[in-house]
Amino acid sequence: MLKAMRGDRGGQALLVLLIITLIVVPVLNLGLPTTHPWHVSTYAVTLLGKYLCYALLAMAVDLIWGYLGLLSLGHGAFFALGGYAMGLYLMRQIGDRGVYGNPVLPDFMVFLNWDRLPWFWQGFDWFAVALFMALFVPAMLAYGFGYLAFRSRVTGVYLSIITQALTYALMLAFFRNEMGFGGNNGLTDFKDLLGFSLQSDVTRIGLFIASGLALIGGYLSCRIIVTSRLGRVTVAIRDAESRVRFIGYRVERVKTAIFTFSALLAGLAGALYVPQVGIINPGEFSPINSIEIVIWVAVGGRTTLYGAVIGALLVNYGKSLFTAVFPDAWLFALGGLFVLVTLLLPRGLAGLGRSREIN
Amino acid sequence: MGAQVERWQYLNPGKTLAETLNISHKTLLYVEGVSVTFDGFRALNDLSFYVDVGELRCVIGPNGAGKTTMMDVITGKTRPDSGYVFFGQTINLLEFDEPAIAQMGIGRKFQKPTVFENHSVFENLELAMAGDKSLWPTFWAKLTGQQRDRIEEVVTLIGLQHHLKTQAGILSHGQKQWLEIGMLLMQDPLLLLVDEPVAGMTPQEMERTAELLRSLAGRHSVVVVEHDMDFVRSIAKRVTVLHQGSVLAEGSMDEVQNNPRVIDVYLGG
Repeated sequence: MLKAMRGDRGGQALLVLLIITLIVVPVLNLGLPTTHPWHVSTYAVTLLGKYLCYALLAMAVDLIWGYLGLLSLGHGAFFALGGYAMGLYLMRQIGDRGVYGNPVLPDFMVFLNWDRLPWFWQGFDWFAVALFMALFVPAMLAYGFGYLAFRSRVTGVYLSIITQALTYALMLAFFRNEMGFGGNNGLTDFKDLLGFSLQSDVTRIGLFIASGLALIGGYLSCRIIVTSRLGRVTVAIRDAESRVRFIGYRVERVKTAIFTFSALLAGLAGALYVPQVGIINPGEFSPINSIEIVIWVAVGGRTTLYGAVIGALLVNYGKSLFTAVFPDAWLFALGGLFVLVTLLLPRGLAGLGRSREIN
Repeated sequence: MGAQVERWQYLNPGKTLAETLNISHKTLLYVEGVSVTFDGFRALNDLSFYVDVGELRCVIGPNGAGKTTMMDVITGKTRPDSGYVFFGQTINLLEFDEPAIAQMGIGRKFQKPTVFENHSVFENLELAMAGDKSLWPTFWAKLTGQQRDRIEEVVTLIGLQHHLKTQAGILSHGQKQWLEIGMLLMQDPLLLLVDEPVAGMTPQEMERTAELLRSLAGRHSVVVVEHDMDFVRSIAKRVTVLHQGSVLAEGSMDEVQNNPRVIDVYLGG
């Protein structure tokens, strides 16, 4: 594991910074009275936790875009599926505390006059099942999708378009009430997680730390992959796919494996995101979300992993600031940022630090 | 029946390919009656072509004669409409795809030099090295001392021993061509298919490439597709002339050059 971090100075700095943040922020939040000038509000902790989930998602995209050359414009789908799996668990935890007070059915099912829980909701009372499904469902979707797309040698812009279509199709499906996932309202009004109230500061801190640890774990596992020979094969596929095939590697299997792992990371990010924001609805599948992720990665710098993390954190912080002042202009600002970065910083913010090393 | 049995032996993990490959007739590659049509255009027309074990063969022919298509068929990229392609007497290459054929020991160099530009020369050779190239073994792979020696041996052979750590992208055009040949050698191939190895090379580089290819013959069978006649003359013992998708003539360079049909095609008589 240490070997995987060798030579990755940006990544080392990032991990140290993350660990410090994970220690200092909880202390400043729980250890200081709210009146203290150094106190970090629970609102800010939750916001940070949300950014960490986005960072993990951005890293998942960088793994396949930067290292494998697959531009996925549908990674939001895997994130949302992970979020829905966790959302199902959180809905089951509400029990009879819903508006209708039904001990078995969530409110929206009572509203739709359903008389029993659909089969695919079974088992989500258990946290372990929900967490497993949050990883398994996105991974299986990515596996099936990858198996078909990569076997047929769909590449480049065609692949980007069908990933976009994938997330759009899922969005339309999840909007339907008949799907059994709450239709356009999605899943919300969560009460508690593993017996802890989602409103309490301690739970918020716990989720924040879990998100940080997931990001660190995700970073290390991505580094282990990209520093292995398999990682060198993925970069080789990005640069000269047919050459890789003609020296005897099964390109489609490598692509499917890395794509599946990336989707699994995205699902994990979604599962950690939902309890912190308190809602999951089909809007998470919307194509624009997936495009935003790509912009985070481009801004931070592709093929560095830590660049994706920096990009996700900065762009989302900017978004929080910007939308507070000019809520309607955010998409223009984001588009402008993308154009500027593409023109002036083709290797993103991470490229600023690296240009010297390369030259 | 015998052929059938031996083919199944290939699936038996106890047997290596080299044990299964039957070359008792001294012929490594059989291409028989192969035709390929693209949208009505006959790229290969009943082509028959044989390569002996350890021979160095040059294939020449005007543009569109089917040279590259022939390589595509042998390496599994293109499926012929009809005909047979056998590796040794028993292995039907048409049943396999590109990675499987590469694993069997057929290496191919592309017309345009294709190396992994963001990897060092060493890493390029490492990735090409013969071995288990499936997912998990690749993920866990560690270089052994023996493998390191093999890489150093090949890098010396292709004359890039002072560039082991150089990024392949900044090598000169000629050096990339050699690196690609080196990558083929790392696969321990029985048959090397080399498409235009000296395109864009200086005369000195050409001379070195000729030397390299001559040194490979004997240990490997080598098929070189080339346009440059002086280069072909400098390396070839046997030359095959393709024209409109089939063999027009075959023989020594002198025989071929004096063949009236070849003169017709080349000089447009």
